[in-house]
Amino acid sequence: MEIARDLDDALSLAAELPEAELLAGGTDLMVEINFGRKRPDAVVAIDRVAELRHLARNGRVRMGAGVTYTMMLEGGHGSAAVWEAARTVGSPQIRNAGTLGGNLGTASPAGDLLPVLAALDATVLLRSAHAERGVAFRDFMTGPKRSVRQPCEIIVGAEWDDAGPAQTFMKVGTRNAMVISVAGLALVVDRARRRVGVGLGSCGPTILGAPEAERFAAGLFDEAGWERPSAPGEAARREFGGLVAGAARPIDDVRGTAAYRRHVVAVMADRAIARVGAIA
Amino acid sequence: MNGLRLFVNGVERRTEVRGGESLMTVLRERLSLPGSKNACEQGECGSCSVLIEGALLCSCLVLAEAARDRDVRTVESLAAGGELHPLQRAFVEAGAVQCGFCTPGLVVAAAALLRDNPEPTELEVREALSGNLCRCTGYGTILEAVRRAAREMYTR
Repeated sequence: MEIARDLDDALSLAAELPEAELLAGGTDLMVEINFGRKRPDAVVAIDRVAELRHLARNGRVRMGAGVTYTMMLEGGHGSAAVWEAARTVGSPQIRNAGTLGGNLGTASPAGDLLPVLAALDATVLLRSAHAERGVAFRDFMTGPKRSVRQPCEIIVGAEWDDAGPAQTFMKVGTRNAMVISVAGLALVVDRARRRVGVGLGSCGPTILGAPEAERFAAGLFDEAGWERPSAPGEAARREFGGLVAGAARPIDDVRGTAAYRRHVVAVMADRAIARVGAIA
Repeated sequence: MNGLRLFVNGVERRTEVRGGESLMTVLRERLSLPGSKNACEQGECGSCSVLIEGALLCSCLVLAEAARDRDVRTVESLAAGGELHPLQRAFVEAGAVQCGFCTPGLVVAAAALLRDNPEPTELEVREALSGNLCRCTGYGTILEAVRRAAREMYTR
């Protein structure tokens, strides 16, 4: 058990102990340990690494991996969808512990921030003792709880373009607090860059995009004008919902059926484009 | 076994711990502080809530060794000099305690809320206690207890 003092210390520990589990907020790793599913020989705690808690916003947002959900709710990142997703995570206790880096590192298809990172077209920043690389979030996850992170690498943060206020996150669960999503959806309309981004959670082995739906919505904004608020009509909202649901690849599991997930994704997409269309 | 130093309820404590032990286990079984309860061990129920460096956390999700040298406040720190904390008294008076198992975690979570927000709205109280499960009361009397304590603590 090692406690990293700073980022250099964390990186050299990760290089020395490639088999070590990285411990940040503990909300995932400690459950595995408490239930005897993991018994790590080595743990490197990175929760005291101050460099991982930075947050910068200057046209582009750069959020350190150690930023907790509670810190996300304090704002400073300018992303309404990040705020909304953080708001749905767990409880105050969990939000005080869980981090951006932990959500990425666990790489669960149900990770609440992850659809937002997909919709923002975020880049994940990975660093080893020797190099730093950026990986597009859409290439970061390779399967349920699998990612391209190498054992000697630490997720140091993520960055994305400041996309403006027209964005939202929605989640369906069985109650408001302490709930793993049945399905989650993020929609970003970056009016300045004329880009629509969609991210779907709990709807496939990884976080999914919805390219056809994005193209369709971009066409709607081409017609209505990107700079102005607009109210897509019912037929257009339905079609958008159908295209988003068509991109989902859900399964039946303990939290819901595939058919239910497809249904709620269509409903969320319809509501999300109505909500976001009105924001300019 | 490894040595561990913590500052618990203002007192320096040293103990031996096994790798993988949670802070909750160390508090209950090595430091004789059984107020933090062991129920779900996955952060779902809030019964083991403590303050670490002032932040409300589930002690079952804290690796004890990772808390080295940290300031930890448990429910045992609330009653000072044999006097119940206003929240504890309000819980008794409002009938917010039935089996009592969830009570320590709820009192710690409510204390963290009132420290940061002396006049919480009903929704803010519900939100602040959303990580603490009670299977007995239906929560009505718990919300009433927090309202009472807030009145007593801050409206003088």
